[in-house]
Amino acid sequence: MSKPVEIEEAKFEESVLKAELPVLVDFWAPWCGPCKMVAPVVEELAEEFDGKVSFVKLNVDNAAQTASRYGIMSIPTLMLFKKGEPVDTIIGFRPKAELKKSLDMAL
Amino acid sequence: MVKSSKEYDVIIIGGGPAGLSAGIYTARARLNSLLVERGAVGGQIINTEWVENYPGFAENISGTDLTEAMHKQATKFGLETLVAEVTGIDIKGKQKVVKTSQGDFPAKAVIIAGGSERQKLGVPGEAEYTGKGVSYCATCDGPFFRDKAVAVVGGGNAAITEALELTKFANKVTVIHRRDELRATKILQEKAFKEKKIKILWDSVIESITGDNFVDTVKLNNVKTQKKTDLKVSGVFMAVGFKPNTGYLKGIIELDKTGTIIVNEKMETSVPGVFAAGDIRSNSIRQVIAAAGDGAVAAIGAEKYIAE
Repeated sequence: MSKPVEIEEAKFEESVLKAELPVLVDFWAPWCGPCKMVAPVVEELAEEFDGKVSFVKLNVDNAAQTASRYGIMSIPTLMLFKKGEPVDTIIGFRPKAELKKSLDMAL
Repeated sequence: MVKSSKEYDVIIIGGGPAGLSAGIYTARARLNSLLVERGAVGGQIINTEWVENYPGFAENISGTDLTEAMHKQATKFGLETLVAEVTGIDIKGKQKVVKTSQGDFPAKAVIIAGGSERQKLGVPGEAEYTGKGVSYCATCDGPFFRDKAVAVVGGGNAAITEALELTKFANKVTVIHRRDELRATKILQEKAFKEKKIKILWDSVIESITGDNFVDTVKLNNVKTQKKTDLKVSGVFMAVGFKPNTGYLKGIIELDKTGTIIVNEKMETSVPGVFAAGDIRSNSIRQVIAAAGDGAVAAIGAEKYIAE
């Protein structure tokens, strides 16, 4: 489970809100260049935080309701959920070191 | 963290069209070549939906497809790619050491092709509302503004391309431009003037961006009449220029006053064996074809430098 898992919107509650571990959700879409840029960085973070954080990808194209519920108006947005609540939001492409620091601080 | 300390012939920093073209040339020249890119390859052009002016593609090609093809081509010839953030370059005589988040990598020659990123406008509310209506990427965020009114700030190619892109989603697109004419190329201007959803506010600057949870108003000032007005919008797309990614090069390589790397016609920088290519170098015209051309010039320069 060290790779980000693509989930359907219907699975959001089960996979994110009710998850035991903190979950980093990568809100992305196929039309978004910076989302593609950040993907390999998120994959590396998924390896490094294996066992501490689970990583999921949600394509906003098929998850408009969830995106709107969390006020997503810019992608990529990485949102960290703990016990069903969003605790940290990172908008746009950020280098890995910065993302890692944010994750470490939020955990 | 250090993955390797073997010396490369050439290290290329940045995986946009300049870096990828350089990689095609250096790898084909049988130089051990490493490309360091902080994310996926592609550079700024991946934000462009259709590239209409790169020769050879009479049918449009997307920025992503074009750069993925370049990367495939370079990889075929042996270019290695590393995902890492470059933090500095140590010049030790003939050897250069590229310092990255994944370790330090020595090389005989370095080609800097790290490109640029969107300039911030620098007005109150901009940082606060980033991701809450303020955006730097119309192709990414346009769909979130379906049937809403948006503003685009700027008057160059990026601004007008984004305004046109946004007409697919927004019901009204107001271009806010500080001058009384556009800098964008004529074909884009013609398209913008013909598009009913686009309105251009000339001689106007944003003084602040306001709202509650999300943007709802931009406060404008007309620079000629000093008349202040409010414009109701849900989104503000910034296209006010670019700044080069040269922060880590200050004091190592000569930069001009805008922060771009000073080069000669051989793409040589102030440091022998260090070349620059694409949007990051001084007087770049910021076009894919120019970046690709720079990459080839820099690669051939690096090859000659190593042979000497």
